[in-house]
Amino acid sequence: MRKVWRLVRRWQVRVLKNESTGLLLEFSLEHYRFETAGEASSKVKQVVRQLGVDAQTARRISVCAYEAELNAIIHAFGGKMKVRVLPDRTELEVTDEGPGIPDVEAAMREGFSTAPDNIRELGFGAGMGLPNMKRSADEFEIKSTPGQGTWIRMMVRY
Amino acid sequence: MEKYYHSVRLLNERCIGCVSCARHCPTEAIRVRGGKARITESRCIDCGECIRYCPNHAKTAVTDSLEDLQNYTYNVALAAPSLYAQFDKNIPVEKILTGLRTLGFDQVAEVARGAEIATAALREYLAKPDIKRPVISSACPASVRLLLVKYPELIEYLSPVDAPVEIAARIAREEAVRASGLPAESIGVWFITPCPAKMTAVLEPIGVAKSALTGTISMISIYGELLKSISGLESAEVAPLASAEGVGWAIAGGEAGGLGDAKILVAHGIRNVSNIMEQLALGKLNDVDFIECLSCAGGCIGGPLTAVNRFVAENSIKQRLKRMRSEETAENRQPVEAAQVRIALREGRSIEPRPVLKLDDDIVVAMQKIELIDDTLKRLPGLDCGSCGSPTCRALAEDIVQGTASETDCVFRLREMVRDLAQEMVNLSEKLPPSLTTEIGMKDQMEPSRLRKNRMERG
Repeated sequence: MRKVWRLVRRWQVRVLKNESTGLLLEFSLEHYRFETAGEASSKVKQVVRQLGVDAQTARRISVCAYEAELNAIIHAFGGKMKVRVLPDRTELEVTDEGPGIPDVEAAMREGFSTAPDNIRELGFGAGMGLPNMKRSADEFEIKSTPGQGTWIRMMVRY
Repeated sequence: MEKYYHSVRLLNERCIGCVSCARHCPTEAIRVRGGKARITESRCIDCGECIRYCPNHAKTAVTDSLEDLQNYTYNVALAAPSLYAQFDKNIPVEKILTGLRTLGFDQVAEVARGAEIATAALREYLAKPDIKRPVISSACPASVRLLLVKYPELIEYLSPVDAPVEIAARIAREEAVRASGLPAESIGVWFITPCPAKMTAVLEPIGVAKSALTGTISMISIYGELLKSISGLESAEVAPLASAEGVGWAIAGGEAGGLGDAKILVAHGIRNVSNIMEQLALGKLNDVDFIECLSCAGGCIGGPLTAVNRFVAENSIKQRLKRMRSEETAENRQPVEAAQVRIALREGRSIEPRPVLKLDDDIVVAMQKIELIDDTLKRLPGLDCGSCGSPTCRALAEDIVQGTASETDCVFRLREMVRDLAQEMVNLSEKLPPSLTTEIGMKDQMEPSRLRKNRMERG
């Protein structure tokens, strides 16, 4: 009977202990689970809005989270996103063990996409993901090794 | 805390505390406490969803009535396009307008004329190269308020064009001053409204300092009298001026209909409006020029204060529009004046967001609250049944942390606590002093599940 009670949760909030104060939100993102796309970013947006972060900044954070989330779902065979919400900034770190990006510089250009046709047919893969993240974040770092995976770190100040 | 005016109210004596309204509120503004629904004023957007869903008709919209006309020497009624949809297509607009006038007005005017001006202003605005796209329609007051409460990051996308009723009211007031020779203060301008949010828009306008309207009168409250007065009419004296373009605003897609080949999305129904705003906030609507947002499904004809079923109304207005379009020619259409268009376009107005989500002024305290909410939520069943009076388990968790609710408000949590307590009492009741037992004392160490099983076997 108690099983009915348990919530299905793909994320969790933890208070950061070693920093002064902060919240850690961890999400695991699953490959091709399009129905879950947007869940992580709306959770992140809700949290920063509840903290009183202004609407425009909250929007930038949620765009970063959303694009990262989509990338992991579409290209990277899933991955993990860690969001550290601190009193003056939010840091997002996304790691995957996907195919990696052979030419990161090219991938940063608007409209560049390696998405297969079946993804484009769904309305994704327009080659705006990485440029959008870079434009929305105050700091943006990307490292990718073909065959091993991609790591992205973004930071947005309030 | 800032005080907001709201048209949507609760009739206390009719409310049985059933939580229907709380569960349907798009901004989670309603809580049921002490057996009665309470509206959180800062969150309410006057969309009227609660009026629609309350099975006991305990939710109502406060509007003015025909008695209020007595306070003014000269009264003007503004007829919305959605009013025409309340009548059979064979009843001409002339008759509807004349019938309305006989209810005690000195003059009637068509909001559809204001809609034509709004369309022209919108066309002009959309033609500008350097505006923030997509432009979000600001004609529906409930949608605008939803944006301010839930998506304040989108304020800069809002269309700067006045709502048609505001434009129509301004012109009608000027005309009434000319026709009556009276000062503007002794003229009452009344909108026959299909929705409660228009009443709020009169008393608490957004983007303008003061509304040109005096008040609003609920469509459904005068419908009976209006039907009677129309059927008793022998001749119609008031000539309508508006074209199909203006009258088309009654239904979803009507506003967008006059915008030519601009790329347009139409969202109607408050949840769809919310969804489309969410998509825009995520930066997903890049190839769109204009979004028509209507809080009510079907458009204004689906308003909570209309008299006729939305689909019946849609059918009748569509047929009326078809006939109007077939009869319209370039010559018999009343042109829209450029000066009116200029006044309707209010670029540079400032609109304030309504921050309602913030948990605490101190960000560190807010973080602790988020963690507490998360912990509390883990203990709740996640059924979103609403029995606690909060619309969802997450909302209850927030209310508990904010101190406005308690964990025992959840019937499932309460049952669990009672069961644990009962279990503890059974355990205690079976304890005996060691001097009395050797055999029975073994029970003390039994697992609770075995205890239960034993009891069941005993019957």
